[in-house]
Amino acid sequence: MEKVRDQRREDLVRTVLHPLVHTGKGYYMVVGALLLVVFWGLYAYSTQLREGLIVTGMRDRILWGFYIILFVFFIGISHAGTLISAILRVVKAQWRTPVTRMAEFITVVALSVGALMPMLDLGRPDRIPNLVLFGRWQSPILWDLLSITTYLTGSIIYLYLPLIPDLALCRDRLGTQGSAWKRAFFRIASVGWQGTARQKKYLKIAMGFMMVIIIPVAVSVHTVVSWIFAMSLREPWNSTVFGAYFVAGAIFSGIATIIVVMAILRKVFRLEAYITEKHFINLGYMLGGFTLIMMYFNISEYVVTGYKMAGETPFHFTQLLVREFAPFFWMYTIGGMVVPGLIILFPWTRTFTGVIIAAGFAMVGMWLERFIIVVAGLRVPLMPYEPSWYIPTWVEWSVMAAAFAMFGLIIAVFSKLVPVISIWEVAEQYEEEEGKVPASTEVSGRPPMRPARAEGAPGAGGGGGGTA
Amino acid sequence: MSSQKETPGQESENLRKWRVSRRRLLKIMGAAGVVAVVAPIFPSLVGKVSAARTQTNGANGAKPGRIRQWVMVIDLRRCDGCQGIDEPPQCTQACIQGHYAPEPMQWIQVFEHELPGGGTQFIPTPCMQCHNAPCVNVCPVAATFTTPEGVVLIDQERCIGCRLCMAVCPYDRRFFNWGNAPIPPESLLADYNPEHQAPAKRGTVMKCDFCPDMARAGKLPYCAQACPTNAIYYGDLEEDIATNGEKLVKLSHFLTENQAYRLKEDLGTHPRVYYIPGHGEAVSRDPRRHGRKATRWPWQEKVEGARTWKR
Repeated sequence: MEKVRDQRREDLVRTVLHPLVHTGKGYYMVVGALLLVVFWGLYAYSTQLREGLIVTGMRDRILWGFYIILFVFFIGISHAGTLISAILRVVKAQWRTPVTRMAEFITVVALSVGALMPMLDLGRPDRIPNLVLFGRWQSPILWDLLSITTYLTGSIIYLYLPLIPDLALCRDRLGTQGSAWKRAFFRIASVGWQGTARQKKYLKIAMGFMMVIIIPVAVSVHTVVSWIFAMSLREPWNSTVFGAYFVAGAIFSGIATIIVVMAILRKVFRLEAYITEKHFINLGYMLGGFTLIMMYFNISEYVVTGYKMAGETPFHFTQLLVREFAPFFWMYTIGGMVVPGLIILFPWTRTFTGVIIAAGFAMVGMWLERFIIVVAGLRVPLMPYEPSWYIPTWVEWSVMAAAFAMFGLIIAVFSKLVPVISIWEVAEQYEEEEGKVPASTEVSGRPPMRPARAEGAPGAGGGGGGTA
Repeated sequence: MSSQKETPGQESENLRKWRVSRRRLLKIMGAAGVVAVVAPIFPSLVGKVSAARTQTNGANGAKPGRIRQWVMVIDLRRCDGCQGIDEPPQCTQACIQGHYAPEPMQWIQVFEHELPGGGTQFIPTPCMQCHNAPCVNVCPVAATFTTPEGVVLIDQERCIGCRLCMAVCPYDRRFFNWGNAPIPPESLLADYNPEHQAPAKRGTVMKCDFCPDMARAGKLPYCAQACPTNAIYYGDLEEDIATNGEKLVKLSHFLTENQAYRLKEDLGTHPRVYYIPGHGEAVSRDPRRHGRKATRWPWQEKVEGARTWKR
């Protein structure tokens, strides 16, 4: 019995630590390709810096485009981490443990990429310091600046805290297998974690604080993002439901992104034993639940305005339902909400593949939703003039590609630096499942080993040779 | 505690008190953080109080000078969109030339609006100088601001180009310098000032500045000067007076007696631009005659690297 338990733990540690020290050719190719795309995006942006925003498809009437769409999209995705991780932690959902780390990753990465987007959109990026020098708290942009920086700081802390025991494990187990700077990184980042009862107690307290605090912060972030639009008098944006609508959309797209990213990492790092179909189905249920919430918000928004047909609403509804934006609108409503909802609803489509397909649809749908809100919203004429049109240029397409490439690139780099599954939490869960000793002998709780002695047997896979 | 005598033992005790434990250090750092966040707000709080005090003192002491409240009244009965002279609207043309406004900016733009009973009216539309201006409310860096005279201006040397003000302006009266603006080389010699926005600066927002500098010098704005039918009145709400260059009117009576209205009144922006309803009937325009001449940007020579864009 004892042996079986240790074996199970050893397998977990080996599988999860394996990618930290073994890097295949495929990895370098992927990273190289992503880097190429990022550099191409940088080149496109340098063109914009040189010639001004004239190189984009934005103009006076449709004055925001891909950059602001991507801003809302990536900030939305960042809600994944909070929901999956904090809420599931708060409600103590057992199946969450192998999923939380990736969710927290995605939050930090998506936030970093998303926060960059409005800066690319600025006409005078050289004057960003003005936001600090002359910032006005009456402006929604300052609210964004405050809430996003708070959320980014909070989610970095929230990612880091549960990482400490795993970093200590890497420090103790990887020995000389990593490069010197990697070992130094583990040594410094694990802040002297030895797994003592006192350390555990304080870690638990800190995590308890963070998981509660981060939820209202996340909600505030996307509410404030929506207020960039809702604080205007424009017909399609002048809505009190926008805050909640955006928060729901954010969590929805966040869950979808987690599913997709998790499927990729699971395949690449051979984590099939830990991230099982059950996890995908559980996340699928959450996705399905949120399709209903999204549908509800859309009905609230569109039926209430559409019934009255006040002001410019007839123009807006015509362009959405039957004219210029109809393909996008129906792709969003049917493809982005109804289809994923149905896939989750039927037991025979609610499978591993089914959930991933549903998530893909939801992601595309939610991108289109932001496109519709920004571009169609701005297209509604304010004065008697011909409605204009927005055709994104190669610069905007390149920057968008680079944004997604950067998202992938940071995740790829992260996955080589830290374990993508929270080993100690999974081990703790094993402990509970086995109904054994209260958590004092789990993985990182073993007697501290000096890195020099932990090199272990040379032939022993990625996990090194911890002698159990 | 009250004993002042120090034995060696006590001394080390005192020293130990000063040695900062980790917990204490964290507490101090936390407190310092709170102070660092709150501190910048403090001067402004104090400043407000002292400002309020000065104001009270001022009321007791010297009488402050008259502060003008600039307004515009556009008599649509007299506007024919310059169909009569078969030229582009002269208000727009004069504004462009006076301000070196780059193409395609029409700070005062003449829109042709369908009338409910058929036919059209022309509505020259400058910046409305809203008293509750959405653009001023949302600007993150106070680059756009309202002057004590009630004029909304833009400081292009502070604007960061986020365009949130353009997104919230309900009148489509803000213009962005998307590239190197097509302006004449002589505009580069102009002394830049938010009241006279020349030369145009790339990546910043521009709009009608209501020409308060000209008004102070005793002149009408370019648009009012150039109107061939004297449809544009400019005046001071405070002194209750306005003129179109031809006659002087008592503003409040003029507005009331002619059923003056403001654009999109229901939005609550409180514009400082008033309209007197009409469709050019005072200058014998046929409301069923559509169209006006297209606006021109007359410069032969433009600055280096200039590129024109469409709105």
